[in-house]
Amino acid sequence: MPDGALPVLDVRDLKTVFQTRGGEVHAVNDVSFSLKPGELLGVVGESGSGKSVTMMSLLGLLPTPPADVRGGSVQFDGKDLLHISQEELRSVRGGKIGFVFQDPMTSLNPVYNVGFQIMEPLRKHMGMSKAEAAARAQELLELVGIPDAKQRLADFPHQFSGGMRQRVMIAIALACDPQVLIADEPTTALDVTIQAQILELMKELRDKLGMAVIWITHDLGVIAGIADRVMVMYGGQVVEHAPVHELFANPQHPYTRALLTTIPKIMGERASRLTIIEGQPPIMAGAPTSCPFRDRCDVAFDRCAVENPPRYDLGAGHDAACFFDARTGGPRDA
Amino acid sequence: MLDDSKKPLVSVKDLKMHFPIHAGLLRRRVGEVKAVDGVSFDVMEGETLGLVGESGCGKSTCGRAVLRLYDITSGSITIDDREIGAIPQPDLREMRPTMQMVFQDPQASLNPRMTVEDIIKEPLDEHTTGTDAEKREKVGELMDAVGLNRKFAKRYPHAFSGGQRQRIGIARALALNPKFIVCDEPIAALDVSIQAQVVNLLEDLQEQFGLTYLFISHDLSMVRHIATRVAVMYLGKIVELAPREGLYAEPLHPYTKALLSAVPEPDPSLARATERVILKGDVPSPSNPPEGCNFCTRCPSVMDICKRVEPEYREVQPGRFTACHLYNDENGTAG
Repeated sequence: MPDGALPVLDVRDLKTVFQTRGGEVHAVNDVSFSLKPGELLGVVGESGSGKSVTMMSLLGLLPTPPADVRGGSVQFDGKDLLHISQEELRSVRGGKIGFVFQDPMTSLNPVYNVGFQIMEPLRKHMGMSKAEAAARAQELLELVGIPDAKQRLADFPHQFSGGMRQRVMIAIALACDPQVLIADEPTTALDVTIQAQILELMKELRDKLGMAVIWITHDLGVIAGIADRVMVMYGGQVVEHAPVHELFANPQHPYTRALLTTIPKIMGERASRLTIIEGQPPIMAGAPTSCPFRDRCDVAFDRCAVENPPRYDLGAGHDAACFFDARTGGPRDA
Repeated sequence: MLDDSKKPLVSVKDLKMHFPIHAGLLRRRVGEVKAVDGVSFDVMEGETLGLVGESGCGKSTCGRAVLRLYDITSGSITIDDREIGAIPQPDLREMRPTMQMVFQDPQASLNPRMTVEDIIKEPLDEHTTGTDAEKREKVGELMDAVGLNRKFAKRYPHAFSGGQRQRIGIARALALNPKFIVCDEPIAALDVSIQAQVVNLLEDLQEQFGLTYLFISHDLSMVRHIATRVAVMYLGKIVELAPREGLYAEPLHPYTKALLSAVPEPDPSLARATERVILKGDVPSPSNPPEGCNFCTRCPSVMDICKRVEPEYREVQPGRFTACHLYNDENGTAG
């Protein structure tokens, strides 16, 4: 992870609102982050925390209406992705930005063989001839560790197992040498032993190809194993952001701390009782006027109910959106 | 928990559940999926037996077969001193109140057109006598027990969150004062912060009502938390069964070792320091398992004998069972 390098992707104050019959749902609230070349950024959060919507907003993948990307900027390759034509955006998606979705069962087209599906972006984005694309497709399947790559190109998705299909998805995402790979829960639908294979593969490919990766997951264990930096999301906002070792050793936001104690461990001391986070995740109706976590927080005080905390810089690349200072054990200065 | 005074509440011997595969124009039987292929275990009174394994290993089928939700292929199941392996479904009805199930998907296992009260009351209507008022009172008590507000009794399942719906499913399972509950991945569909709430509830209820659980899960960390003993399944067979502490501290079977090392550790320094056993390849098809040991195609310590002879499932240390040639006396290379 080269320090001081210019970010390859820079997202500022992204805001996405869904129009629903019950009113507006503020799914993404002023999310900002940047990604350096070769870096692996982990994004953690529970369902409904806005992690997937954030990534889909910046790629223009959400249907409008109901979704409405209200503001912010997404700087990539000298352009603001929120203010370019659909045409230009289409050349970025699947080209310089690749993505892998959660469910390998539904994201491949069942009526085309996998060779066709890997070659499609190569021909569209790179203008390759059929023969060139076929050769490259075979290379890609070998790269993601599928044996007998040449024969397998003619196979259809149903002839692959879940782990193999996810490898095919990764091969498609890597087809055009992306600068950024966005992986949305790519291993959630897979078994642990297969997940371990995919995680090893991702680490290897990142080192080999030097691309930046955004890895979205709800599994802190996966994050601990592969990420350089971690962004924790809750209620459509970034509540904490830190280098991976710092986050696990020194979590500052009450939500992160609760999340870390609520998962049982596979090694070490076994807790006789699990710590729980009381209550339910928030419904994000209306623009936030208070901290989204305050109802479930054990250190919440008056200010949390009337103001939404900004992200306080804590030094060394660590920030947390909380009025309570875990280091001093009291409220932060106004 | 393993003292001799405890007797097994559930005893399963050589349980087999094979599903036929029909193919061709005449739908002839061309083979079978050996989903559960000779499984034996006991569940002691008051304990939680964890049943873990990857998808397709047969753990859910095993749980459902133990409750006789299927007509099993062969084997014996004894629950509360009664053999239920071969008895016909009408006779099973009498046994149903003793054995209940909590399902994985709280969305799919609750009827969307019934109110919460009706859902929890249904087993009472089926199996007990008593006035409607008495039953309603019982429903209220059950809702209290699982931490649901009685005021919501007239609402429909869609008005509840995933964690609350799972509580409804648990209340329904508790309605008939069962002794034995099969929990089939009860927390898999829930968010991490909600998982802990449901697991703590299950533990409280176990203590309060003296329940015995068969807890089926793919989440090894959660099983380590809740289970007294753990059985590991692979391709329709139990490869290892041991008390929790022993299994996690010193797994015997190579598959258990690989499975445990594949679990992502939520601590970056530990996660990056531990040497992982990465298994190659995928699980073979249960309709065509390999010859010899089922795990021989992926096992890192495979020997010649493994490809020819199926290892016997036996007690290798007190209370610890495994099916692996590494622990057979003639190849005394344990560890």
